[in-house]
Amino acid sequence: MNFGLSDEQVLLQDAIRGFLEEQTPLDNIREFAADGNGLQANIWQGLIELGATGVIIPEQFGGSDLGMFDATVIMEAIGRTVAPVPYISTAVLAPIALLGSGSDAQQQDWLNKISAGDVTFGVGLTEATGVRRDAGLTLADGKISGKALFVIDGLKADQLLLAVGTDTLVMVNANASGLTRNRLNVSDKTRGMAELLLDQVDCELIGTPGSATDTIARMIDAGRIGLAAESFGAAEILFYRARDYALERNQFERPIGSFQSIKHLCAEMIADLEPCRSLIWYAAYAYDELPEEVSLMACHAKANTQEIAKVVARSATEIHGGMGFTDLMGLHYWLKRIELNRQLLGGPEATREAAARLQGLVA
Amino acid sequence: MNLNFSEEHENFRKEVQAFLKEHKATAPTMKAVNGTSAAPTPEVKRWQKILIENGYTARTIPKEYGGYGGETDLIKGLIIQEEFIAADVSTGLTGQGISMLVPTLLELGTEEQKQKWVGPTIRGEVVWCQGYSEPGAGSDLASLKTKAVVEGDQFVINGQKIWTSSAHFSDMCFILVRTEPDAPKHHGISYLLMPMTTPGIEVRPLVTITGDAMFNEVFLTDVKIGTDQIVDQRGKGWMVANATLKHERGMIGNPAQTEANLNALIKLMKTETCDGICAVDMPVFRDRLMRLQGRLLGLKLHSLRLLSDDLNGKAPDHSGLIVKYSTAYLNHELYSLGVDVMGELGTLYDGDAYQSELDWQKMFLGSFSSIIGGGTAQIQKNVISERGLGMPREPRVTLDSKGWAMM
Repeated sequence: MNFGLSDEQVLLQDAIRGFLEEQTPLDNIREFAADGNGLQANIWQGLIELGATGVIIPEQFGGSDLGMFDATVIMEAIGRTVAPVPYISTAVLAPIALLGSGSDAQQQDWLNKISAGDVTFGVGLTEATGVRRDAGLTLADGKISGKALFVIDGLKADQLLLAVGTDTLVMVNANASGLTRNRLNVSDKTRGMAELLLDQVDCELIGTPGSATDTIARMIDAGRIGLAAESFGAAEILFYRARDYALERNQFERPIGSFQSIKHLCAEMIADLEPCRSLIWYAAYAYDELPEEVSLMACHAKANTQEIAKVVARSATEIHGGMGFTDLMGLHYWLKRIELNRQLLGGPEATREAAARLQGLVA
Repeated sequence: MNLNFSEEHENFRKEVQAFLKEHKATAPTMKAVNGTSAAPTPEVKRWQKILIENGYTARTIPKEYGGYGGETDLIKGLIIQEEFIAADVSTGLTGQGISMLVPTLLELGTEEQKQKWVGPTIRGEVVWCQGYSEPGAGSDLASLKTKAVVEGDQFVINGQKIWTSSAHFSDMCFILVRTEPDAPKHHGISYLLMPMTTPGIEVRPLVTITGDAMFNEVFLTDVKIGTDQIVDQRGKGWMVANATLKHERGMIGNPAQTEANLNALIKLMKTETCDGICAVDMPVFRDRLMRLQGRLLGLKLHSLRLLSDDLNGKAPDHSGLIVKYSTAYLNHELYSLGVDVMGELGTLYDGDAYQSELDWQKMFLGSFSSIIGGGTAQIQKNVISERGLGMPREPRVTLDSKGWAMM
């Protein structure tokens, strides 16, 4: 028995973390945020070269077929570095859509491209996870119309995968005629969130209309686990930065980390964080090995991690005092990633309600 | 990640299940085994004997000292816990003699002490209480003042102990006393084994917020015991005591038990109604339940990770230090929800006719003891941050006569 990373997964983690950390000193993150596209070509290219885009894709399509657990290790590293890459959409959600509902030809074509790093995807699932304002899509005669909000990584993606209702998946080319794509000005500028306005746009069905319910559910499970892993990575970094700062910052002739008010905050943060790591790992393992457990674990992993990450982000900011509130210290990039992830694919209240429903506790 | 158990372990699980199927009907209730304020009944001792013979308790204690003599196998230990809890059957006595004194003696006792005490203790024939805390020595336990002076071949003990659970029905007490008054405080303490029938011991019940006298005060006046009734050497008692505190921390955090509590809470919420509406159908209560379930899952899986780290020889870090602290609060909140779900009825306790099957009010009140006992949550946070996270201790300051820090 081994509850944790295998030796190979430790190597993968080291390689991905090492590469991403090198690419994301604070000055770079500031530049990425100013540009606001959520896609830094050189970082994305590096991840492709490390084989990161093919980890859940079968070998026959050029992937390494490692599984969701490995993808989760990668997403945690992305959260630690708030790296602006369309990983969750392109390398996790799109392959699940194609593997679950795509035709042989679609799988052959797109999965090979994803493995090779020749395409990026944006993914919109809000029709299945909660529709805001006047968003809504309709499919008629092979054309799609309406409005999609909060398409993840959709701002610069080549292809857009959209849930229409809870049972149908379509793919739209980003250059298709009748499609207008606008930036959503979310506070997290390291992820390219898009509004799509669609007027009779040509689309390709992923599966027949009404047949993708299970695939969409699986995408939501994986997305929740991935977002939880990202937020965990971000929160863990904030925690250790706060601990380190508390050891080096002196007031009243001693390190502030020797005051119990600060030490106890740190103890509370780590006591809350460590079980999240275990829960996320287990949820990812369940995705690969225990399909009957995965949805519940994904709900709890996301809800619990997001609640805790938010408090950790606050406490870590507080421990930095006034500096925590500045762009000079830059903690807010991690805080904002946590805040955005919290709302995507269902906030804590929605995911807890989903967890209750899965157990037959909702009449 | 590989959570599959070996065939040997899967077979072991079947053995445990078969045992439980055969014996469940004749097993004493959980409450009868550990939930009473009295010495074990013959019925409980009979059950304890069966458990030892089958290796479901005292599993790794050597045969020559009355145990089962099994090898340390953490996974088998986990399987036993899981299956017994699932079957709602007690895994045997858990008093302080068994959970704290026995491991200490096995680690540091003489051969004679092990022979004399381990077997009778695990069989429930000798019941122990723990004489650690004093009115003036709680979180700062090492400042304890109860003293033992050597006169001839005897220690003469004078002082007072408090929070001594089970003292009123214990046969023996493992007690910390100051034997070297001139040594620095951590180096002046000895760990003695004191019969509770010795003249000069007065036990007074200490009634707690649950209404029960779970604890006692123990007054010691010229209590005389042999100088051979010491574990390890004079002045080494702090080291000996810390060996047992380590065992106590493990004892107080048990996510499997918390899971059983959560399942009971779900059952309650499916039946308890207000205005004819089930608690589980009220979104606010349901959300609180799901919050607790998420935290419980985190802690349960965390414990599995710790077990795996232990199995795979990973060096311990802060991860193990958080369990007691987090589990204590989780249980407290879980019982609080049980009370809130029942509304006014939730305030009833101790056998009121309107009570539900479980006494949620009493469990809620009792849960304070896990937050405070065995090192308060605040002391736990010091331990997590200092030992786990490498943060500095509060500096020691000189105080003036009014107790203010001297500048």
